[in-house]
Amino acid sequence: MSRNPATILEERNKRQRPQSGPDAVIEVEDLVTHYGDRMILQGVSMEVREKEIMVIMGGSGSGKSTLLRHLMALENKTSGTMRILGYDIDKISRKEFLEVRKKLGVAFQSGALFSSMTVGDNIMLPLYEHTDLDPLTMEIMARMKLEVVELSGFEDLMPSELSGGMIKRAAFARAIVMDPRVLFCDEPSAGLDPVVASALDDLILDMRDAMGMSIVVVTHELDSAFKIADRITILDRGKILMIGTVEEVLKSKSDRVQALLNRTPEEDVMDPDEYLDRLVGESNPGTAHL
Amino acid sequence: MAERKLSKMERVEDVGRTTVAFVESVGNGGILVAESIYWLLFGVRERQPVRLSAVIHQMMEIGVRAIPIIFMLTGTIGVMLAIQGIHTLRIFGAESRVTIGIAFSVVREFAPLITGILVAGRSGSALAARIGTMKINQEIDALKVMGINPTRFLVVPALLAMLVMVPALTLFGIFTGLFAAGLYVNADLGISLAAYAHDTIDILSLDDLGHGLGKSVIFAILIAVIGVVNGAGVQGGAEGVGTATTRAVVQSISAIIVTDMLFAFVATR
Ligand SMILES: Nc1ncnc2c1ncn2[C@@H]1O[C@H](COP(=O)(O)OP(=O)(O)O)[C@@H](O)[C@H]1O
Ligand SMILES: [Mg+2]
Repeated sequence: MSRNPATILEERNKRQRPQSGPDAVIEVEDLVTHYGDRMILQGVSMEVREKEIMVIMGGSGSGKSTLLRHLMALENKTSGTMRILGYDIDKISRKEFLEVRKKLGVAFQSGALFSSMTVGDNIMLPLYEHTDLDPLTMEIMARMKLEVVELSGFEDLMPSELSGGMIKRAAFARAIVMDPRVLFCDEPSAGLDPVVASALDDLILDMRDAMGMSIVVVTHELDSAFKIADRITILDRGKILMIGTVEEVLKSKSDRVQALLNRTPEEDVMDPDEYLDRLVGESNPGTAHL
Repeated sequence: MAERKLSKMERVEDVGRTTVAFVESVGNGGILVAESIYWLLFGVRERQPVRLSAVIHQMMEIGVRAIPIIFMLTGTIGVMLAIQGIHTLRIFGAESRVTIGIAFSVVREFAPLITGILVAGRSGSALAARIGTMKINQEIDALKVMGINPTRFLVVPALLAMLVMVPALTLFGIFTGLFAAGLYVNADLGISLAAYAHDTIDILSLDDLGHGLGKSVIFAILIAVIGVVNGAGVQGGAEGVGTATTRAVVQSISAIIVTDMLFAFVATR
């Protein structure tokens, strides 16, 4: 399939996009991270702005998911500074950290719904844990979010009774139930058929427009990235190749960027180190805790 | 791939690595217990209380559903002890003294041990599997991002439920074991159940009961902590969950038996 920059940009212009603010909700400077002895991110600097959709792109094993996990403060970094909603992550108190966490939402690649709870209970869990609302109000709020993701009437089903696309939608509903300032999604369209994937892209755009949050999306699907992104961060083997608008990326003269844009699926191979690690069952020390 | 003899150095390294891994998991277990106590005490202040409903749910799973199998096994053990005891004592013509052996063995050893092993097999494995699955499905990460502490949310209810239910089941096992043995003694030697009960109560002291139940409290902690540490250490998908689950059962049963031996050693000297 050929990708013509002109048609992509024309397609994008059919939809009015809100102005994203200049203020950053997340700022990362010179982030270096390791898994065991292996350096993964090698000095990454970027920011996510108010109300923008930032797409993180890159080949398999380039560190997209790792960067996302760090943006959510799920991993310990080796060095660098990181500010989430204005708080320096190294100087934040436990209490502030918890408050910041409540303003983040995440939809993981597999959905990560709690398999022992109904869809409705999954979505109500953050409300139940963090608010003093009465159960009826919580139910109404959960139903409203299910409506947003077009899953009305599914609240009493178990996650195992949903299809892949529905699980991702439900995960979105849970992620936005506390009206987060920043929403993170890892590979939202992976493993879905193109129609469902495209609907999910629309959902991401709709959610941003309706709720005005910043959204960080990791994806390796170019079509999806060009459709939803305000700006794109391209990672290449743990380093930033470029950060720019869709137009800037499409018109980039960089060989590596063009290679990524024109790559065929066969080139999207597994990282040799990762393959070797899996082969010899190399364990990653220090993960044996919750 | 060709088999190759490990050099001496490599073997030393191997032992070293295993030791480090062992110390590390013991450390992780210790941290887990400390964190659990913290959330139990200060959860309310942090506005993240331990939910009673979660504890009760776990108590049903761990305790109530185990009653039938505990009933069967401790009963069987009781009868087995009676048969064996009578058989042995008959050599000296002292079979009427069998009650002593039965009472001590059931209360101090068999009821706590059988209950511990059973709960390890039923619920320790389930705990490891649940936490392991949640980890590979990124459900634990989801909890963290939601600002819900996984130790408070998942571990403390299971640990509390174990702490209540393992001794409770042990007590239940003590009664069943003694009663079943009594039935056999009654049938074989013609000693009335009332006389048997009277003898048993006479022989046993509160100390013996404390010994049995005290052990079961330690077993409860071992099962919960080993289950969680193995579950949290899962790597590599569904297969990893399987390995971790098996390992949790083997480790907790081993830990229970070793602890039991240490108890016997300390208490009888
Ligand atoms: N838990 C982990 N332990 C060890 N290495 C990891 C872990 N997660 C990711 N990696 C390694 O980090 C690199 C980047 O991974 P990841 O961020 O998942 O890449 P991407 O999402 O871009 O495909 C890969 O080489 C991978 O092997
Ligand atoms: Mg990834």
